[in-house]
Amino acid sequence: MDAFLDSVRVIFQPMNILLNIAGMFFGILFGAIPGLTATVAISLLIPFTFGLPPVPSLILLLSIYAGGMYGGSITAITIRTPGAPANAVAVLDGYELALKGKAGTAISISCIAGAIGGLFSVGVMIFLSPLLSRVALTFSPVEYFMLAVFGLSAIFAISGTSLLRGMMAGALGLIVASVGMDEILPIPRLTMGLKVLEGGIPFLPAVIGLFALSEVFRLIEKGESRTEITAKITQILPRWKEFTGTLKETCRGSVIGTAIGILPGAGGTIAAFLAYSESKRASKHPETFGTGDLNGVASPEAANNAVTGGAMIPMMTLGIPGDAVTAVLMSALIVQGLQPGPFLFRDHLDVVYPIFSAMVLSNLIMVVMGLALLPLTSYLAYVGKDLLVPMVATFGILGSFAMSGSMYYVAVALCFGVLGYLLERYGFPVAPVCLALILGPIAENSLRQSMIMAEGDVTIFVTRPISLFLLALSVASTAILVNRRKRGVLIAEG
Amino acid sequence: MWSVDRVSGVTLVLLALGVSWEARKLPVGTLYNPGPGYMPTLLAIILGALGIVIVVLGGDSVAFRSLDWGEGKHALAILGTCAFAALALERIGYRLTTLVILVVLLGVVERKRPLLVGILSLALSLGSYYVFHNLLRVQLPRGPWDF
Repeated sequence: MDAFLDSVRVIFQPMNILLNIAGMFFGILFGAIPGLTATVAISLLIPFTFGLPPVPSLILLLSIYAGGMYGGSITAITIRTPGAPANAVAVLDGYELALKGKAGTAISISCIAGAIGGLFSVGVMIFLSPLLSRVALTFSPVEYFMLAVFGLSAIFAISGTSLLRGMMAGALGLIVASVGMDEILPIPRLTMGLKVLEGGIPFLPAVIGLFALSEVFRLIEKGESRTEITAKITQILPRWKEFTGTLKETCRGSVIGTAIGILPGAGGTIAAFLAYSESKRASKHPETFGTGDLNGVASPEAANNAVTGGAMIPMMTLGIPGDAVTAVLMSALIVQGLQPGPFLFRDHLDVVYPIFSAMVLSNLIMVVMGLALLPLTSYLAYVGKDLLVPMVATFGILGSFAMSGSMYYVAVALCFGVLGYLLERYGFPVAPVCLALILGPIAENSLRQSMIMAEGDVTIFVTRPISLFLLALSVASTAILVNRRKRGVLIAEG
Repeated sequence: MWSVDRVSGVTLVLLALGVSWEARKLPVGTLYNPGPGYMPTLLAIILGALGIVIVVLGGDSVAFRSLDWGEGKHALAILGTCAFAALALERIGYRLTTLVILVVLLGVVERKRPLLVGILSLALSLGSYYVFHNLLRVQLPRGPWDF
């Protein structure tokens, strides 16, 4: 308890508060710029933290992490351009709300839900990390395969009005995800002899293409008007009823995000998609999802922020990063001479507790700064179509280049821009492609590893309790959705 | 008459055939021991089968000819400018590329006022370079004369 109180004193030192605010500002800024993510921001800033002591440097980096997760939702909602892949799902309802002149409400709900998700996950991290990390440690490829199957079952929920088209889009995404060098046998697949494709299709430029560049083409379509671009944002804070109406789904997203975050490799994108899918499945009015339902913003945004705490658990207690950001954060700890893992808790409580406290403070600062900066950030929504099109096109391309310094990424963004536009033009949803791109490699590799592990015995998927539980969950949730469709409840565009 | 659904269905069937053709060289393995070609082949079969379903059921959808491509030239101009950016970035550098594509997109494609085009293009190309390269240390390509 003394160590915890000491940590509170440490994080409230003026310099540490300043670093927390600066980190939050950079995180929100980077999160909001398409193509630049919290991972990029943290990677860029790590060299500047070498001179700082461990705790202040981690405070700075952790606040960027939290801010980046929220920042990406701003442009996702206002201009249909997710700042990071984890915010892609916020486009679905957030953008529809923006079209109705409720961009301010959507962003503030995203901010508040994100903070609640973040605080919940930090709470879990503080009190349950030993237990949860032990569970995650027991996961084998069998459980990962079933987790991927559960994730892919979300395609049924985000397939728009046609399940068939959603499945086709999902299959297309899975095919694209299988391009590149095979991860088990060193054989290039579907590369058409092109060396550059052997590294696979990078996810982030693909998402920039699917969501941002395709929007450029949609924007210039004849007769299409975008009322949100010129509409004033009249309300920033949500009404009390709107806020309380999203609390249940915020809690659902927080739980899902924390649970997904703790699983190494899963990350914010899967958490956001799963949370959205589950909220839609559980809703009495699933038809409102995709048409501008605040719950469709609250649930995924709570989930992707909740991943921050969840992903820190295996990284700090086991030395296993949960996602790309925690991998970079882990390297920051190592640079400071701290080895993440069980010994960190035994030998460096003076660092561990300030990390916990700093993450709580970061989420509180996020609400204050997120709402305070909203009038500024929301100016993005006032940009006219004739300015927006060149800006999104230019910075989509430049962002794709900046993240890698590779022209290949630019080409990928362009190709996926055209693909995304054509898919939507012919009535195919884009979201399943995005989901399949993330889950495809996890599903395939874990399936093949499971089969090698079980020597071809497929019953391994039903004889392991966690795998069986995930399988049952996938079947149950799919059955519920199909049953609803049979009753004529069509699910709105995902 | 070709409907939108039939065109999209046929396109996806052709894509599935292409994937199958490309995957033919890969060892497929078995369900109990899937090889590198297993998943692509399986997915191509699924995609092809679903494509055939759409072709068969899609006769009543909107006629393909009725789709409006009135802004096609506009879209092609933007796509061409983006393709130029992709080719030019490493050759003439970030600042010049950004300047050129913004002038083209704002001035030629969107027909904004010359003064606005000039100010925005210069400010964004130089300003974004300063922020990304100088402040955030993002490695961006330089062009001739180290510009």
